[in-house]
Amino acid sequence: MSTLTSTAPPLERPNLLRIYSLEARLEFLKLLRMPAYAIPTLAFPVLFYVFFGLTMKTGGAFSMATYLLATYGAFGVIGASLFGFGVGVAIERGQGWMLLKRASPMPPGAYFAAKIAMSLLFGSVIIAMLYTLGATVGGVDLPAASWARMAATHILGSLPFCAMGLAIGYFAGPNSAPAIVNVIYLPMSFGSGLWLPIQILPEFVQKIALALPPYHLAQLALKVIGADSGGSTAGHVAYLCVFTLICLALARLGYRRDQDQTWG
Amino acid sequence: MLSNPSNDPTAPAACLSGAVKRYGEVTALEAVDLSLHPGEVTALLGPNGAGKTTAVRALLGLSRLDHGQAELFGGDPQDRIRRMRTGAMMQISSVPQTLKVREHIEVFSSYYPRPLPMATVLEAAGLVGLEDRLYGKLSGGQQQRLLFALAVCGDPELLFLDEPTVGLDVSSRRGFWEHIRGLVSKGRTILLTTHYLEEADALADRIVVIDRGRVVADGSPEEIKARAAARRMRCRTSVRPVEIHGFPGIQRITEDGSILEILTVRSEPLLRELLALDPELADLEITGAGLEEAFLSLTSNDPVSQKGAA
Repeated sequence: MSTLTSTAPPLERPNLLRIYSLEARLEFLKLLRMPAYAIPTLAFPVLFYVFFGLTMKTGGAFSMATYLLATYGAFGVIGASLFGFGVGVAIERGQGWMLLKRASPMPPGAYFAAKIAMSLLFGSVIIAMLYTLGATVGGVDLPAASWARMAATHILGSLPFCAMGLAIGYFAGPNSAPAIVNVIYLPMSFGSGLWLPIQILPEFVQKIALALPPYHLAQLALKVIGADSGGSTAGHVAYLCVFTLICLALARLGYRRDQDQTWG
Repeated sequence: MLSNPSNDPTAPAACLSGAVKRYGEVTALEAVDLSLHPGEVTALLGPNGAGKTTAVRALLGLSRLDHGQAELFGGDPQDRIRRMRTGAMMQISSVPQTLKVREHIEVFSSYYPRPLPMATVLEAAGLVGLEDRLYGKLSGGQQQRLLFALAVCGDPELLFLDEPTVGLDVSSRRGFWEHIRGLVSKGRTILLTTHYLEEADALADRIVVIDRGRVVADGSPEEIKARAAARRMRCRTSVRPVEIHGFPGIQRITEDGSILEILTVRSEPLLRELLALDPELADLEITGAGLEEAFLSLTSNDPVSQKGAA
């Protein structure tokens, strides 16, 4: 039972759920209408998987199609996060859009939640396409539980790269951001064994890979099919958590720096 | 729980006290005191780099002050509940290009407890018929009006308009004034920054002149004009600026070929001096100076400027 005690009706608060869902929906529409984002992030992982994973069928104990499904899944979700956050934040900072949002009564979390939701959504679309190709054309045959575990690994694994994208977005200029993201994303992916199995890469690359975040995500995904190169799950997860915290700290630094800029 | 917005109708809607802000070597605000009174339209007038935008950003809690305080409705400007009573039009280059006018307004409206209906916002900002157009496909003036729509869609009590008509042509600017006057008639508190003096004169109840981070004048447009009762003298003469440089009351001398244009608060003694120096002086014109000159005399530190090739 509810009773009204005050004479003046209290001011209604804006509905938080509505704000968050509107922000997320608009973030989605914004990216979908931006072919420069939507096409490469969706198409590249799929094309690469077709070239490397489905045409080369011999792969030792595991079929190439199965092994590379784990690594291209990582490649796909990392791209969606780095471009969505890195380029998105850099452009919206440069435009002054971020400033206008900060001047508004928007709950600050809504902006970032929308971007995280969209990175996860685009990431999910990418792995859905890859898994479908793998299961049909590539003959990848996994128990249902393994599919689910791999999907969970890929989707959760995109979060550290959202943080990385955010850090890049706060330091990169709006025009240079796409180039900067590519220069980091592509070599880092290759060096982490996302394009070709890490075992066939030169030994020094294998050593460098240990320091690269995508390597650890790929290893977690490869563990699902028992094809990882060793190292404990806890170790990979700990690496990614520390990496995430460092990126968030850097992003915070960039945010503070923004606050003290003149902006013309 | 929201506090009752009408607890003290005379308390300032927003104020800066002793505000100091430096960007490295540059001092953007130097001990600025500024109060915005409810229902009043205040124009913050000054040349580029005077500190107008910094003042607005400080009042909105967007940049931290080195000293002093910024208050919004008697409290922290970063507080979301207080922000819900404000709207801001900032100087920004773009909003996301691939969203429609309607979508932009819809999301900004969602931040406020009692937003205006979409149709009212479109009407107030002159965007009727453009609601389904992508921002990137709007003209410059329409883009500016969308930013205005985003500032007013929450029906805020206090509105910040930072150079709302910068970059617009004369007719768009006048059209824009009509939209602003529409709000003024509803008793909104407005802080308008501008370097268009005509704009401040046309819209504001009160003009605060700011230069190099300091408030140099504060009053009604009439008071500001009276305070610097300058006259503009224009004549064709052989007298060169250097000959009268330093003559009492001169604020600015502009030389354009054989035409001299002089801004002065003591026109009669100057005229006698000029005629003594050049009996052939011709095409004399003396006019009362507008706000532009008043403003210039308050802020100018360079009394002689040249225009055109001599």
